[in-house]
Amino acid sequence: MVSLLGIPPQVLFGQLLLGLINGSFYALLSLGLAVIFGMLNVINFAHGALYMVGAFVAWLLLTYAGIGYWGALVIAPVVVGLLGILLEKTMLSRLYKLDHLYGLLLTFGLALILEGAFRHQYGVSGQPYPIPAALQGGQNLGFMFLPNYRGWVVVASLVICFGTWFAIERTKLGAYLRAATENPTLVQAFGINVPVMVSLTYGFGVALAGLAGVLAAPIYQVSPLMGTNLIIIVFAVVVIGGMGSILGAIVTGLGLGLLEGLTKVFYPEASNIVVFVVMAIVLLIKPAGLFGRER
Amino acid sequence: MRTLLLAGTALLTLAGTAIPASAQVSDNVIRIGVLNDRSGIYADLAGEGSAIAARMAAEEFGNKVAGAPVEIVVADHQNKADIAASKAREWVDTGGVDAIADVPNSAAALAVQGITKDKKRIFLMSGPGATALSGAQCSPYGFQWTYDNYAMAAGTGRALYEQGKKKWFFVTADYAFGQSLEEETTKMVKSLGGTIVGSVRHPLGTSDFSSFLLQAQGSGADVIGLANAGGDTVNAVKQAAEFGITQAGQSLAGLLMFITDVNALGLQSAQGLMLTTGFYWDMDDQTREWSKKFEAKAGKKPTMVQAGVYSAVKHYLKAVEAAKTDDADKVAAKMRELPVEDMFAKKGKVAANGRMFHDMYLAQVKTPAESKGAWDYYKIVKTIPADTAFMDPKQSGCPLVK
Repeated sequence: MVSLLGIPPQVLFGQLLLGLINGSFYALLSLGLAVIFGMLNVINFAHGALYMVGAFVAWLLLTYAGIGYWGALVIAPVVVGLLGILLEKTMLSRLYKLDHLYGLLLTFGLALILEGAFRHQYGVSGQPYPIPAALQGGQNLGFMFLPNYRGWVVVASLVICFGTWFAIERTKLGAYLRAATENPTLVQAFGINVPVMVSLTYGFGVALAGLAGVLAAPIYQVSPLMGTNLIIIVFAVVVIGGMGSILGAIVTGLGLGLLEGLTKVFYPEASNIVVFVVMAIVLLIKPAGLFGRER
Repeated sequence: MRTLLLAGTALLTLAGTAIPASAQVSDNVIRIGVLNDRSGIYADLAGEGSAIAARMAAEEFGNKVAGAPVEIVVADHQNKADIAASKAREWVDTGGVDAIADVPNSAAALAVQGITKDKKRIFLMSGPGATALSGAQCSPYGFQWTYDNYAMAAGTGRALYEQGKKKWFFVTADYAFGQSLEEETTKMVKSLGGTIVGSVRHPLGTSDFSSFLLQAQGSGADVIGLANAGGDTVNAVKQAAEFGITQAGQSLAGLLMFITDVNALGLQSAQGLMLTTGFYWDMDDQTREWSKKFEAKAGKKPTMVQAGVYSAVKHYLKAVEAAKTDDADKVAAKMRELPVEDMFAKKGKVAANGRMFHDMYLAQVKTPAESKGAWDYYKIVKTIPADTAFMDPKQSGCPLVK
């Protein structure tokens, strides 16, 4: 077979596939951020911490209640979502009239408190979480060995991402939501309970983070700091895609995953930076992001 | 008046006879400061556990040596060299601290080494791995106890080579520490006649290792050496299990791993992993008994760093007892003179450069079926004798070695 820039095609395909897998993680996390920013105008810095809480809830369920992966996949997002609604009701809702910065500061503080609390309780070195029995092993694709679990992650997150996009952009409920962000007073006048809708949106957004946490638990280290490591990249994804653009978050998440995968083949040292280089270029050329609208 | 004078003289005489026992101990207390990370990434492998270990050592002397009480104080250096330095300075200048113990994080340890060298205080290092601490930056008062990067890298490299694993591939964290681990292992493997078939450098704090593992898998190496630490190593091992790397016949070697990392991984992911350790709780009756006592206080088994703190503090107190003073020069001389003999080190010896020579162990992580319960993680595959485990002091670059 011919090689491409000195890299055999098998390796290239393998890396592209892995990039797609990572990209689907980015997409899932940035989707939640984009939904929250798009609908609430809140820059949710607690997203990474809530992703960590999702993974920890999965671990706690397994360790103390004997509930395995599939149960956690349902329960953990609900728990994280409820936690999110509580935070929104008691704290975040007071800040909507103020500058974005206050929401950012509050959620950043919440992230530090959550991480600190888990670190105090469970230590820093992390907890073990096994891959569910049904998804162990893998397939030999000829050019690479694809673990079943990774395949599942891609499928699950793609389904959720496009489901969310569809719900917000193509259904009546989504239309209400979008209208409520555009002009809350008018929508309330039509008899729709806007505050409840906003709480539910925030709850849903962070539930997506919780879900990503459960998906991540079997392959990444379940530690209080796991969110911090990922959240910066996810923010870059959202900025590149355009703040608040749902389709932008999904497409950019996948695209950057692929780009990162390629970088790991050609120049691995730069693999953590490439996303930010792209971000800088996009901000220079199109400050609203690839899919964002100028406001 | 005369009786008063007499009584005074008698009192002075009495006091005079009482003084000699602790006359040579500054401010009449032996104070040991355990300085380490109590909340960050090293808090589990050192942290409060190291303080507990130091207290256990002091208790064995009845909290009293050379007639003076022993006191253990603790502080958090937050993994910052400047905080470590200012805390050490404060302890020495105003806190009456005679010895500083542990100090994981080599940058922090190098800062403290400078201060203890200038101010003549004993420095008992268990946590830091930089070979410079007993090399170019060595100190007459600095003792590197538990492990160092050379022992971890070269020890694992040699031991695996002797098991017939000769082709290496490195997954290396792209900063000074990771590069030095790779370099030390490479030197050892090559000197024995092995080959390096490739290596890949990843940024610090990488969460996804699949690309690198795929390259390692395709390289045809016998061993994939993980020249990284902490969360990076845990993620790499977890994902290697997912990609079926060890099942396919390649070995995975963690060049710097602690038992807390294995605990974080779980045996399902970590099984088969090879690593070098300076201590394991389940080696003989002595280690089991001590670790049981430790567990009762700390709630978990000790890491090698914590066990090393115990051994170093104990040896220090033994030296103070023998020298009958806390004068750093005399105590340091005694520490080099006396053999180290406790549950941690058998026939240990402190070399001129401050490196404590003791046996290291090549361990393999058990399978879930082999493990009988919590913390039953290692099979000791091989004992690496002290003289091959550590770097020859003559080659360490330490000016104290003649």
